[in-house]
Amino acid sequence: MTAQFDVVVVGAGPGGLAAATVSAEAGLRVCVVDDNPAAGGQIWRGQTESNGRARSWLARLQATQATVWNGLRVVDLAAEKRLRLEGASGGCDLLFDKLIVATGARERFLPFPGWTLPGVMGAGGAQALLKAGLKVQGRRAVVAGSGPLLLAVAASLRTHGAQVAAVCEQAPLRRLVRFGAGLWRHAGKLAEGVQYQLQSRFAPYRTNCWVARAEGAGKLERVVLTNGRRQWTVACDLLACGFNLVPNLELPLLLGCRVEEGLIQVDARQQSSCENVFCVGELTGVGGLDKALLEGQIAGWAAARDAQRVQALQRGLKKQKQFARRLEEAFALRPELRLLPEADTLVCRCEDVPYVALCGRSGWRDAKLRSRVGMGACQGRVCGAAAEFLFGWQKRDRRPPVFPATVATMAGEENNRN
Amino acid sequence: MAEEISLTIDGETVRVARGTSVAAAILKTGKLSRTSVSGEPRGPFCGMGICMECRATIDGVAQQTTCRRQCEPGMEVVTG
Repeated sequence: MTAQFDVVVVGAGPGGLAAATVSAEAGLRVCVVDDNPAAGGQIWRGQTESNGRARSWLARLQATQATVWNGLRVVDLAAEKRLRLEGASGGCDLLFDKLIVATGARERFLPFPGWTLPGVMGAGGAQALLKAGLKVQGRRAVVAGSGPLLLAVAASLRTHGAQVAAVCEQAPLRRLVRFGAGLWRHAGKLAEGVQYQLQSRFAPYRTNCWVARAEGAGKLERVVLTNGRRQWTVACDLLACGFNLVPNLELPLLLGCRVEEGLIQVDARQQSSCENVFCVGELTGVGGLDKALLEGQIAGWAAARDAQRVQALQRGLKKQKQFARRLEEAFALRPELRLLPEADTLVCRCEDVPYVALCGRSGWRDAKLRSRVGMGACQGRVCGAAAEFLFGWQKRDRRPPVFPATVATMAGEENNRN
Repeated sequence: MAEEISLTIDGETVRVARGTSVAAAILKTGKLSRTSVSGEPRGPFCGMGICMECRATIDGVAQQTTCRRQCEPGMEVVTG
C-alpha cells in the first residue's frame, strides 16, 4: 500500500501530536505514524484518558481530518520524500511533501556487573511495562541511575504494590539543590516534582549513590550500592535503572539532518538542515513535555507556512531551552560510572560483547569491525549510547534500515501476512 | 477491571487484562523472552521497543518486539 500526504509526522508523543494537530487544523492533509499500539509517546503512555493535557490534545487531533497509524515503524527512506514503514501485517510506503520528525528519546543504560540478569530493567522501562500490565505486587525494588524520572518510577512501583527499598540518584545533592532552586521559574514542573516526592516519601531517596553491581543466581537477588567511599548490599528482585535520556537520532541521521553535540540543529521554524524536514522535541534537546508541545506547534504552523503563529510561539521557547540546559547540568553523569564495567561485563547485549573487547579501540567503527559491538538487533541503540559515555565515541551510523525489517519490506513487496 | 482475554505462551494458557502487552504477559508467567547469543536468559528490559531483549515468536512470526504488541485473544507466543 502507498499513501500520500502533505505532512507526515513520525512519532505520536506530545511533540508529534501538537505538530499534527495544528497542521491539520491549518487545512493540510496529515498522517501521524507511531510504532506503539497507542498514541501518547513515552510520557503519556497509558494516560491518554487520565491526563487532562493528553486528553485535550488527542481530542483536538481527532476533531481534524488527520490520519493516525499505530504499530508502524519507519524503516527506510525508500526514495526522495518516500518513507518505508513496517508493521505486524507487513510493509507500506508513505509519500510526503513535508516531514515532521518527533521520534523522542530513549533511556541511556550503562553497563555494570550483573546488569543483564533477569530482574534488571530500565527505569522508564519498568514504568512503561507497569503501564502495559506488568504485575509487581510483593516485589522488592531498587530504583537507580539518574534523572527526574527516578522519583516518578518509584512512585509508580509503590502504587502498583511493590516495596521500594531505595531510590539512588548518582548526581550530588548540591547540584540538585541548585536545579530545584531554579524550578520556581517553571511552576508546573515544580508541582510535578513535589507530587512525586510526596508519593515516594516512604522510600529513602539518596543522592550521590549508584549501583556498583547486581548479583544473583540466574536472576536478580541483590544490588551492591556505593557512594564512592563505601559499599553496602540491598536485597531486591527488581532493579529499575536508567541514566537520563538520549534522543532517537537514527531517522534524522538517515535523512541527512545535521547533528551537533548529539542534537539535531534546527532553525527558528524547527526546520533541520534538510529542506522540508522539521525536527521537534527531545531531538533538539532533552527538555520534556512543554518544550515538545511548543516545538511541535511551531513545526506544524511552519509546515502550513503561517509565519505569524510561528513567531508568536517562539517567545515561549527560550525558557524551555533554558530548562533543558539546567536539566543536563544537574544530572550530568559522574566519571566514576565509567569504572563500573569489569573485563567480562557485557556492553553489547545483542552480540554479547564484553567490555574488554572494546578497550583500546580507536572509535565506534573500529570497535564494531573488530568485536561486532552494535551490530545486533538493537543496532547499537543501547551499547552505542553507553560507549559514547564510556569511551567518548560518536555513533553516527546512517544506513538503512532504521529498525530491523523483513527483506520483503525493504524490497518494497506488497506484503500482507494477516 | 478490564475484560480478561486468553492467549498461550509456550503452549500454556495465560489470562491477562485486555491492553496488556505481550512482554508483560511473558513476565507474568515467570518466563523470559529470549536466550542471548552466548546462552544467557534475557527478559524485557527497555519497555519501549529499542533494546530488542523482549523478542519472541508471535503467531509464527519470529523476532517480534513483544513490548510493542498488545495481547489478543488466541495469540500464540513462543519464547526462547
